[in-house]
Amino acid sequence: MNTPKLRVICASVLCAIFVVGLFAGTVSPYPYAKQFRERPNAAPSSTHLLGTDSLGRDLFARLIYGTRVSLLLAPAAALLATLLAGIFGGLAGLVGGWCEKFILAATDLSMALPLLFVLLALRALLPLDISPVLSVIATFALLGLLGWPSSLRVVWAATKNLRNCDFLLLARATGCGRWRMIVRHLLPNLRPVLFAQFWISIPVFVLTEATLSMLGLGVIEPLPSWGNLLRGLEDISAVTANPWRLTPLVLLALVVICFQLILPAQEETA
Amino acid sequence: MPSPLKNLALTILLALAVPVRAQTGGELHFCLHGEPKTFNPILVDDEASENVRYLTGGVLIRLNRQTQALEPALSTSWKISRDRRTITFHLRKGIHFSDGTPFSSEDVAHTMRLLMDPETHSPTGDAFRSGEGTAQVQTPASDVAVITFPAPIAGLERLFDQVAVLSAHSPKKEMAVLGPFYVADYKAGSYVLLQKNPNYWRHDAQGHALPYIDSVRLDIQRNRDIELLRFRRGELQLINRLDAEQFERLQRENPAVTRNAGTGLDAEELWFNQSPAAPLPASKKSWFGMTEFRKAISMAINREDLCRVVYAGYAKPAYGPVSPSNHFWFNAHLEDPKYDPQGALRLLAQAGFRLDNDTLKDRAGNRVEFTVVTNSGNAAREKIATMIQQDLSQVGIKVNVVTLDFPSLIERMTRTFDYEACILGLVNTDLDPNGQMNVWLSSGENHQWNPSQKSPATAWEAEIDKVMREQATAPTEKERKAKFDRVQQIAAERQPFIYLINKDVLLAVSPSVVGAAPVVLEPWGLWNVDTLRLGPAPELGVQK
Repeated sequence: MNTPKLRVICASVLCAIFVVGLFAGTVSPYPYAKQFRERPNAAPSSTHLLGTDSLGRDLFARLIYGTRVSLLLAPAAALLATLLAGIFGGLAGLVGGWCEKFILAATDLSMALPLLFVLLALRALLPLDISPVLSVIATFALLGLLGWPSSLRVVWAATKNLRNCDFLLLARATGCGRWRMIVRHLLPNLRPVLFAQFWISIPVFVLTEATLSMLGLGVIEPLPSWGNLLRGLEDISAVTANPWRLTPLVLLALVVICFQLILPAQEETA
Repeated sequence: MPSPLKNLALTILLALAVPVRAQTGGELHFCLHGEPKTFNPILVDDEASENVRYLTGGVLIRLNRQTQALEPALSTSWKISRDRRTITFHLRKGIHFSDGTPFSSEDVAHTMRLLMDPETHSPTGDAFRSGEGTAQVQTPASDVAVITFPAPIAGLERLFDQVAVLSAHSPKKEMAVLGPFYVADYKAGSYVLLQKNPNYWRHDAQGHALPYIDSVRLDIQRNRDIELLRFRRGELQLINRLDAEQFERLQRENPAVTRNAGTGLDAEELWFNQSPAAPLPASKKSWFGMTEFRKAISMAINREDLCRVVYAGYAKPAYGPVSPSNHFWFNAHLEDPKYDPQGALRLLAQAGFRLDNDTLKDRAGNRVEFTVVTNSGNAAREKIATMIQQDLSQVGIKVNVVTLDFPSLIERMTRTFDYEACILGLVNTDLDPNGQMNVWLSSGENHQWNPSQKSPATAWEAEIDKVMREQATAPTEKERKAKFDRVQQIAAERQPFIYLINKDVLLAVSPSVVGAAPVVLEPWGLWNVDTLRLGPAPELGVQK
């Protein structure tokens, strides 16, 4: 299959998944929190397309609501992280001097911190009486706020390269103002890097949320996310007995693959 | 003799020898779920060390884990004075420590001195510290020890089940033991190897020396899944405490290896934060302080569903601080509250709450909503919280569930008091209510709903304080029981803790272990380790 065709397929798959997640309320046969306590761990049937979880909740309903949570908030967190990386990485690369040193030192310090423990500590500092929806927003906001350092290094390196390019020297020599130089010359050239960082961050944040949920610290019950659905896979023999429990993992893998296959297209078209 | 005949004779001999060899000797393998912090029995403070202490320590009085009655061990008899301050032990004669040092009353005196010495910081010794001053030990004869405490101690004789006697003269110090095994080898993070104590004092009815097993290998393994995998491969012969999911899986594969010892002593419970120092809105403090509110919450929780869904049926609804498995102290006269959401609504209405469009509101019109915290990583507790969330939504109450890592949770429970309600488990290792003193006294640190009070906040807490102190000094067990029954009654009426379930004690025992009779008390499957025998390891017939 040629590459453009593959990208179209990937984009279509992603769009389809996004749409289903967006209209979860309409598509879902049951509310995601409803417990059918007489039917815990039920196998797939016409009543429950993907069976039920250990509390008797419909897994199909939870999967599509979880899709909404994970696929809407992960891009938002990725956007926030990319924005921060773009602003500070660009500033460090462009201005140089003590500003560059300070920003890079802060980045190195942030990268040296174990992200997971920082997230655990920050999550513990949040007030307890927040609703599950606010909690999920807070989790992704924290991911966005803490997930910028690696992107910043890339943006900084790209900006530093561009700063010494002939076309920027020429622009500077012809008296081009600083803002005009940034907007007209620098940003268009940084766009592929920023796009790449954005697309790369999405699956990273989906997976980080999954890790946090596996630790019981991501999206809180009863709100589903791919992360807390993946917790059902902790017991490997239960998965062998109920292979349909792998659906969230398959979906996550599919989304990550699609994002990765679309990514080169962004670099090429920019 | 010609060779074929020799072989035949050897085969016959071996065949005849098999039943005998299957009954004695061999090595028992099982796992400790943590590193033993000490081999000094008087410093034991963790489950792994406690297991080692049980297997190696010789005690004056042993609590029979099956009958829950006290039995003579190193002492042939004992007598407690009327004021419950003095206990006189008559010791067995002709007993030696594992290294051959003779046992006498001097060893008892030495052990008690170490135990009661504040410099030793012995957790076991804490239970004996009833008042100001130290315990006096007299040794009028080599087989008589008289111990006098500064103040009366209720259930005094029972406490000696935890006191492993140390040698006063052995150069090996605490490594010289009087129990069935001694520590022969230890590799940190890997294993503890125990060998049969050749001088162990117990013999079976036929006069054979106990224990039957030659050695016990305790592998240090924190990961329960790996433990289960090793059991299924036949590398381990026993697993103490399985969770319901593991148990059910194992039962599907090979029912012969699963053992349900019955309802355990541990309970899962929910409580509301009633501390005046809690940074909570006044309305919430007022709800949490109302008995009717707490009772209504209790009535609206479907405990049967919790047992069936979360624990696959391997749990029983809990209604009080004492499990029915604690035969003597359980108050059987208390009525089990039934799951009754309508009754809960009626009770809430009496207390001034009203249901408005499926939303419960208080007198001032505030929506009734609270957050339940529990520790992250405990799947069962998270499921319990989620099920309670749905149960309480039936009576219009919105519950948020938050999981926190354990240190953060403890910080909120004990220092900042910044939480509304909490689900945690109460681990009960002692049958005697004195072990729960710190929970029931209003001044106690573990009086979780309102800890470390200077004076009791409510009249019923004052009554619990009074009755608990009275039971601790009552002269007879019957009187103590009557007093503690009253405490259980108050707890049922006031519901400071909303008890949810008592988990079953689930174990896996290989059919090669002969004589295993798991019980609900620690150390569960190992309580009769000195009479366990190892037969040939049969094919488990489970997935490898």
